[in-house]
Amino acid sequence: MKKSEFRKWLKSWDAGEFDFTEALSDRASLPQPDGGSKDHPWKLEPINRLEQGEIKSFRKSYPFFAVVLCCIMIGFLLLTVEHLPTFGAPDAPAHNEVMERYVEKGMEETGAVNVVAGVILDYRAFDTLGESHVLYTAATAVFILLLSLKGGGEPERERKIMQSDPLLKSTARIIVPLVIVYGIYVIFNGHLGPGGGFSGGAVIGGGLILYAIAFGFEPLDKILNLKVYRMIVLCALCFYSLAKCYSFFCGANHLETIFSPGKAGMIFSAGLILPLNIAVGIVVACTMYGFYSIFQRGRI
Amino acid sequence: MLQTLWDSRVNCIAVILFAVGFATLLLHRNLFKKILGLNIMDTASCLLLTSLGYIEGRTAPIIVDGVTDVQRYGNPLPAGLVLTGIVVSVSVTAVMLALTVRLYERYHTLDLDEIYMLARQEEGEK
Repeated sequence: MKKSEFRKWLKSWDAGEFDFTEALSDRASLPQPDGGSKDHPWKLEPINRLEQGEIKSFRKSYPFFAVVLCCIMIGFLLLTVEHLPTFGAPDAPAHNEVMERYVEKGMEETGAVNVVAGVILDYRAFDTLGESHVLYTAATAVFILLLSLKGGGEPERERKIMQSDPLLKSTARIIVPLVIVYGIYVIFNGHLGPGGGFSGGAVIGGGLILYAIAFGFEPLDKILNLKVYRMIVLCALCFYSLAKCYSFFCGANHLETIFSPGKAGMIFSAGLILPLNIAVGIVVACTMYGFYSIFQRGRI
Repeated sequence: MLQTLWDSRVNCIAVILFAVGFATLLLHRNLFKKILGLNIMDTASCLLLTSLGYIEGRTAPIIVDGVTDVQRYGNPLPAGLVLTGIVVSVSVTAVMLALTVRLYERYHTLDLDEIYMLARQEEGEK
């Protein structure tokens, strides 16, 4: 790579060439001066003026110092890695009596074959409740930031996709049901094998997004609009909170519940883990689709 | 020392990925690329945490045939913790992207320096 090319790459002046930015400028609420070309003097003048001073020399040396800093950081962290226990060593301090207890008693106490599911949804269920709330709070923050925009919908682009891509449509017609069924399988299999609410919910959300790309938002709007989204997510989170609130009254001891762990390995076993997985999966799937919808057209 | 680093090369890769993400964060002025760099850093820390749960020659912590012998399974705790990390990373990314969209709608650029200049100009006008 030539030196000037490397400079260009470092400086990365291609902010305006992104498809993303073009798509956004279509619905910009602020009117752009002169049709909004990116090299308008109104925009670049202050930078050129300040380029002449100290900032210019700073900007020249900045990438060099940044790379040197990162190299020093790599060196220090590699020194630290040398002192960490070797990868895969069975006598590492992380593999202590806590892990022993979880593996040996986990299935018996929680009824979950998947020990990780037992840990995150029974022993540490409060932690997972917090996680779901983090996701919900992030979705709320995104809605606050983007829902207030005026004239969110972009019917032209949606229609264009619908007309111009029969390949995507016919592929989606086959794949979307499989994806959603697979996501449901992953959620329901969370306590029996690899899987769980978060991964299954992400798969279902991906299926919904694929459906929205292929067929537009109108069919999905009938079943999943903002009102329905709020109700579903609120019900799921409330169910989770109510199902685990009893541990406030038994001294944070989740284990002795009225729900028996059941026979390990059956689908209806493991006490509350399956319903909690479903609740988490619903929250994750709805949030995934909500993120896509709100970034694509400014509403859900 | 090189032997030690080679033995735990997954951790080394995680460290280098982390630094690559940090370099992306420092070198690019495009906000979108900065967010990509932060995501790379997230991935690196997740990789490091997951690798701590691996034990040579043992399987994932999913009980097979009812055998609850510790010597057969890996550590389930890092997997549970990494889940939290992934969820937080997704949430933070979404909020950052939303903020970037709002900044773009106000200033019509994703370049951080330009945004800074324009914001200062606005302040001066007031």
